[in-house]
Amino acid sequence: MVGIVSYGGYIPQKRLSRAAIAKSMSWFSPGLAGAAKGERSMANWDEDSLTMAVAASQDALVGIDKSKLDAVYLASTTLPFDDRDNAGVVKAALNLPDNILTADFASSLKAGPIALMTALETVKGGDKQTILVTASDKRRTKAASNDEMLFGDGAGSLVVGNDNVIAEYIGGYTISTDFVDHYRGSDAKYDYNWEQRWIRDEGFSKIYPDVFKGVLDRTGVSIEDVTKMIFPCIFGRFQAKIAGAVGAKPEQLSDMLQANVGECGAAHPFVMLARELETAKPGDILMVAGIGQGAGALLFRVTDKITKLPKRAGISGCLANRTEVDTYTKWLQYNGLIETDLGARGDVDTRTGLSSLYRNRKLILGFVGGKCRECGTPQIPAKRICVKPGCSAVDSLEEYEFADKPAKILTFTADNLAASLDPPAIYGMIQFEGGGRILTDFTDCSLDSVEVGVRMKMTFRKKYQDDKRSFSGYYWKATIDNNIEK
Amino acid sequence: MATGIRDKVAILGMGCSKFGERWDSNGEDLMVEAFVECIADAGIDKNEIQAAWLGTNAPQFGVGTSALPLSMALRLPNIPVSRNENMCATGTEAFRGACYAVAAGVYDICLALGVEKLKDVGYGGLPAPAGNITVNDMTAPNGSAPGNFAQLASAYRAKYHISRDVLKEAIAHVSWKSHQNGAKNPKAHLRKAVSMEQIIAAPIIADPLGLFDCCGVSDGAACAIVTTPEIAKKLGKTDLITVKALQLAVSNGYELEYNEWEGEHFVTTETAGKRAYEEAGITTPREEISMMEVHDCFSITELVTMEDLHISERGGAVKDIMDGFYNLDGGIPCQPDGGLKCFGHPIGASGLRMLYEMYLQLHGRAGERQIEDPHYGLTHNLGGMPYMNICSVTVVGKYGD
Repeated sequence: MVGIVSYGGYIPQKRLSRAAIAKSMSWFSPGLAGAAKGERSMANWDEDSLTMAVAASQDALVGIDKSKLDAVYLASTTLPFDDRDNAGVVKAALNLPDNILTADFASSLKAGPIALMTALETVKGGDKQTILVTASDKRRTKAASNDEMLFGDGAGSLVVGNDNVIAEYIGGYTISTDFVDHYRGSDAKYDYNWEQRWIRDEGFSKIYPDVFKGVLDRTGVSIEDVTKMIFPCIFGRFQAKIAGAVGAKPEQLSDMLQANVGECGAAHPFVMLARELETAKPGDILMVAGIGQGAGALLFRVTDKITKLPKRAGISGCLANRTEVDTYTKWLQYNGLIETDLGARGDVDTRTGLSSLYRNRKLILGFVGGKCRECGTPQIPAKRICVKPGCSAVDSLEEYEFADKPAKILTFTADNLAASLDPPAIYGMIQFEGGGRILTDFTDCSLDSVEVGVRMKMTFRKKYQDDKRSFSGYYWKATIDNNIEK
Repeated sequence: MATGIRDKVAILGMGCSKFGERWDSNGEDLMVEAFVECIADAGIDKNEIQAAWLGTNAPQFGVGTSALPLSMALRLPNIPVSRNENMCATGTEAFRGACYAVAAGVYDICLALGVEKLKDVGYGGLPAPAGNITVNDMTAPNGSAPGNFAQLASAYRAKYHISRDVLKEAIAHVSWKSHQNGAKNPKAHLRKAVSMEQIIAAPIIADPLGLFDCCGVSDGAACAIVTTPEIAKKLGKTDLITVKALQLAVSNGYELEYNEWEGEHFVTTETAGKRAYEEAGITTPREEISMMEVHDCFSITELVTMEDLHISERGGAVKDIMDGFYNLDGGIPCQPDGGLKCFGHPIGASGLRMLYEMYLQLHGRAGERQIEDPHYGLTHNLGGMPYMNICSVTVVGKYGD
């Protein structure tokens, strides 16, 4: 049996109130007031498609032996690099072995379902047993645009395999048609959109029903047997009309999370699916689809293995870990939509030493340290001589992963002098359970929420952005662990 | 068997420039300013100096790399000159070089000079790091010097169960006292007394440190000419000031990467202090030390240093500070010249500036801030951050004491 063996998701902690957008900008665009309901997810300044992909992948890998992964597929329309294997960065952050296949699926909002289908068919083919498929998007939008209101930032992740399958793959169907409802040229920052009514009536209203019908016909599943129809639709309530075209009833529709997340681009079908899997019961049939210059649709049958899956934060856990942002200018700042004065301390060169980045990739991207064979002391970074006084064994460290180790705050400060997009810069030293410590940046927290002894976990984040050379530098930061019962 | 430095080296003369925002001066001018005073005090001819050490930390903004800036500025007669750097402990390193050369009997008379020209950076505070070239650049927090030292406060509060307000008041008192002293010092950068209320209400730089918890960033130079006590006497000097101890302790990653350090004190200071007391023959520091200049880059640094030097008991610095024990009229005056806080902190010069104050006090030349009949004077010069640093502790006193 081939199918999904695990799932995970990630929604950034910050939620921008849509009323805050309207409050600041409806003088300019009166139409915003009508859409000013609920909130959208908002990546922190140090998050992008890659960091969210890593977070969702970590969630999906709970309880999975990651050494068994044969491939990593990453789907997104907002990958930070046009020429650098983005899936390879995810692979490095997860500290996976080098002898695996990594591939980016990009350039269309249907990239998520297409990557998933490719992974399932690869496993079916028999050459590979287990594949991590992650979809993530953080789409750039112009200030006060309709898209800014509508979109969200987020990621979903699925592990596909043939052992302990929680959702059996019944079959899939794809359509490719050059329907350009919007596009983004290679050098453009923002999407260019055509008329919404045309997109709705000539695109969504025809392409989605075609792909739904295609997958139902091919698999012989009848629409009444589908428990949930999981597909994003930027036209809100029009979702019911589209599904109705193939005979689906409103109760079969999956919540699009428009009220509290927004549409997460290529990742949205994964985000919705991950959330449905949290409550799915054995026997449920789930249809998941995505649209973009055509469409892809897949059918799954949930198995009884789903009841044995270990607990994870999932989309629900992320939704519960929420900080409201009602300052629209913060959104503008995080997304480079206003040019603020970072001061002279922010006016420094951030050129990256690519040779030292490569040499130190295990530490910087994978957050891998060492454990001394002689004295058993975990330590990071891993250096040639053991740090324990009295041990000092040479070349005695074995690889030891810190990314998944819980920790507690030992020292901290909130720094108003260091140049930061979101001052004060909060950082300090944390002590890992089981040994080892690190001095590092903290993220997604405020001075009020940190104190010596507070429990922390590590998160892969952007450390800096070199705009001059279009390079994103990544490293691991500490954040408050809100899922202590886990 | 090594016998240590005690009484093997005498300070023949010292000099110190005015510290501050020296918009009028290049680093070269500051070196000359300190040296002119120093050579006159020593009463020798420049050509009698046989070797020299230059301490400077941020050459890219100041005097430049190598020993050339010193040799060129002072027009030294092609003698050996070395440049050394050990972060904010650089000044004492230059002094160590000169002292050891004399103690080893390799040279008769040596010069140590520390200088920093920081106020051509274009903004307040120390120069911000640039680039992501090394692994350290790519992993160190986006922080600053105040932020790194401020963390001492979080850990100290947790360890001794002290409230935020009580600790804030104690560190404010540290700065209040230094401002009182700095106001009496014509060479100090900041010469204004401030109230406790002003200090506590000042804008926060890095929690919990406010503006007045941070030392001045300054331009300046300080220097010393050293020789042996025998040569000093032959040169007609009486009332010699000699070096009693000269110790240095450097971190090895224990604090930053091993599991024991609690983040609330300096491992190196405790080590260097113990070694210095042993070298100087001091057994009860709280009784025997007359005065101190410690590395008060931030008020919290001074507070915890009082315990690391075993002057205050562990957890007892807050009480001693609030009791006025470290005030100019207290049990052991600390920072009689205003300290880094008010005299200022031109990095390479600071270690020598501390010694300059001890030297003036021991000679009874400290004017308004003169301490009555001092014996041992201790300087503590720290480079780096609490979790990874270089600490020198020096003791000077009267020859024969």
